[in-house]
Amino acid sequence: MAVNFVRPILPKLSPDPWAIQFDAAGHLKHLLTIEGLGATWITRILDTAEGFMSVSDRDIKKVPLLRGRTVVNLFFEASTRTRTTFELAAKRLSADVLNINLSTSATTKGESLLDTLRNIEAMQADMFVVRHEQSGAAHFIARHVAPHVSVLNAGDGWHAHPTQALLDAFTIRRIKGDFAPLRIAIVGDIKHSRVARSQIHAFNSLNVGELRVIGPRTLIPNDIEPLGVRVFHDMREGLKDVDVIIMLRLQRERMEGGLLPTEQEFYRLYGLTEEKLKWAKPDAIVMHPGPANRGVEIESRVADGPQSVILEQVSNGIGVRMAVMALCMSAES
Amino acid sequence: MTSLPELNSIDQLLATCWQNLARAISQGELNNPLMVGIHSGGVWVAEALHERLALSEPLGKLNITFYRDDFNTLGLHPTVAPSQLPVDIDGRDIILVDDVLYTGRTIRAAMNELFDYGRPARIWLAVLFERDGRELPISAQTVGQRVVLSPRHQIHVDGPAPLTAHLVTREEIA
Repeated sequence: MAVNFVRPILPKLSPDPWAIQFDAAGHLKHLLTIEGLGATWITRILDTAEGFMSVSDRDIKKVPLLRGRTVVNLFFEASTRTRTTFELAAKRLSADVLNINLSTSATTKGESLLDTLRNIEAMQADMFVVRHEQSGAAHFIARHVAPHVSVLNAGDGWHAHPTQALLDAFTIRRIKGDFAPLRIAIVGDIKHSRVARSQIHAFNSLNVGELRVIGPRTLIPNDIEPLGVRVFHDMREGLKDVDVIIMLRLQRERMEGGLLPTEQEFYRLYGLTEEKLKWAKPDAIVMHPGPANRGVEIESRVADGPQSVILEQVSNGIGVRMAVMALCMSAES
Repeated sequence: MTSLPELNSIDQLLATCWQNLARAISQGELNNPLMVGIHSGGVWVAEALHERLALSEPLGKLNITFYRDDFNTLGLHPTVAPSQLPVDIDGRDIILVDDVLYTGRTIRAAMNELFDYGRPARIWLAVLFERDGRELPISAQTVGQRVVLSPRHQIHVDGPAPLTAHLVTREEIA
């Protein structure tokens, strides 16, 4: 099945499927995708996150902003890092947090998604953080929740992972400053990556100087160039003069057979080793959304090396998620 | 309202505050105080007072956005200047500085935030202007000028250099 990269399997909604993210007053209510946010909202989220970063440095790592609100982490797909950083973000805003891991819960007993939703709504939740293996799941939930509930997409199928893209943009801005002069390369399995999709939308909105994707033909969608990215199949060419290298996880569990000869072959061609890293600018930073497959897409010495900002990404993820939660929850009154 | 009160000049106001604080320090009411300004107006006033009092430790700055009680109705405004308290405030005397004391809600939020950093021995409130309209039992220990105004009017302090103050009506703000 051919997958449209620009707009994967989202159901036929209104002509503007991301308009649902805003309330009648034009305020951000749900975060489902980067599309439709524009530079204004993205910058606003990053600026707000900057304010929240200092909270994590204090003795009491909490502000009372969302006291009395309930955030429900609704994870239909396994995740450690994303779920824990969403949980910490909510807790640092003084919200109450409920973690529901649905892959092992009622859905296996035949309860429908809407039934699950209604039941959790009845517990007076104010926000759902949703991860689901189906593209469009968070949109679906946002269309059906009670009007006071906000929905954050924590990753849906191949479609989007907006908070990851925002925290990556935040990390780059903190280290490199302005986006305009930067060359950013996203490397690896672009095709199956919701992270790559969201990053491309975010970096284009922020007017990044040049955006590249690097990977084998089988892992790069055919219709990607109209999105404003340059496609490279050779690492040496693709990494030349690059300021930021984003390595993607090889999505082994999402890949039908035949797209890759072997992991060893992938590593030989596209795995980021110390040697290949030298092809980029000397001050290039290395990013990875995690969890990294060491020895598959990245060498341990690079992941733990001086140019890696992988752990900063994790810390920044808390501030960015606090910002998104606070902004979305402040829409309602 | 027929006549509006005259606001004193900024130099006069700062001099009044400074003299009052210097006296409190010399008489031992304030012991080796740490100064903390509330963003934005309070920081500008605090910078001016901090210099005149020649306090040795750096000025602290509070951004109370995350402690406001009107978050549900007014929403969140992005903040580019986060709180900075460079010195441990546990057991310290703190001079909390703001430009205008009005409803008292800002000061309540600032005190809540201070207590998330530590337990100060004393908080002393210094403001350039104190006006009527308190909604909480909060009062200032150091005041540049007391002003009575109709709810239609607000005192607008601008800065950092030059620091200016003038009266505006709500219609002008809208």
